[in-house]
Amino acid sequence: MKFGIVVNEGPYTHQASDSAYQFTRAALEKGHEIYRVFFYHDGVNNGTRLSVPPQDERNIQSNWTELAKQHKLDLVVCVAAAQRRGILDESEAKRAGKNADNIAPGFRISGLGQLIETGIESDRVVAFGD
Amino acid sequence: MNTQEDSSGANGQKRFLYVNRRAPYGTIYALAFDQDVSLAFLDDGVYQIVKGQDTEGIGMKNFSPTYRALGDFEVTKLFVERESLEERGLSSDDLLDITYEDEDDDWAEKPSIRIVSRSQMTEVMAAQDVILSF
Repeated sequence: MKFGIVVNEGPYTHQASDSAYQFTRAALEKGHEIYRVFFYHDGVNNGTRLSVPPQDERNIQSNWTELAKQHKLDLVVCVAAAQRRGILDESEAKRAGKNADNIAPGFRISGLGQLIETGIESDRVVAFGD
Repeated sequence: MNTQEDSSGANGQKRFLYVNRRAPYGTIYALAFDQDVSLAFLDDGVYQIVKGQDTEGIGMKNFSPTYRALGDFEVTKLFVERESLEERGLSSDDLLDITYEDEDDDWAEKPSIRIVSRSQMTEVMAAQDVILSF
């Protein structure tokens, strides 16, 4: 089956972003396809490369990056939600006159059309977080 | 009432339903993109479309007038759950006047808001391809 994943919650908040990651990994291990993972609302905070959790703790952001690398996942961060929360790539930082960017490897910033396309192209959309 | 009369999802469109369960000014969103789009308002989500909103005191933009523009984007089905209104002491008279122009009926202006019962809302949801809750 072809799944689309929506992540609406930030990392280390409740369980939603962990659950989204575990679900995505389990689906891939079972041979399913992940059309795209779309990060919306506070979910965009999963896409920063600047988080430094304690070493004996899971690193949610780099888990996504690793999973994306292994499976060529398309990890998309909503641009409007990202701008409000300070998640920037190089060109967004330049456009906004900021002196740094923080998007994690494997993530890209794009618009809501990518969420709708996920709904159109996937057999099932599974949303995590409210 | 047949809640599915014109949600046929023609031309390879999918039926998208955006569910609003929260009071306004916590989250903001907007979506259309040439699909068969409906909105559902239940629980505190019904406060999203209450008229006469004054946001000055909370320093946030009053975006409720944008709901009136939905008809221009061919979003013409706003399902509002009757029980959610009643539980909050609200009625259809308290809601924004949201209309669309029906191109199949000589552009007659028609109400977009459809008050449905809780059980009708389950039928609305069952008929969708994609449901996103905000």
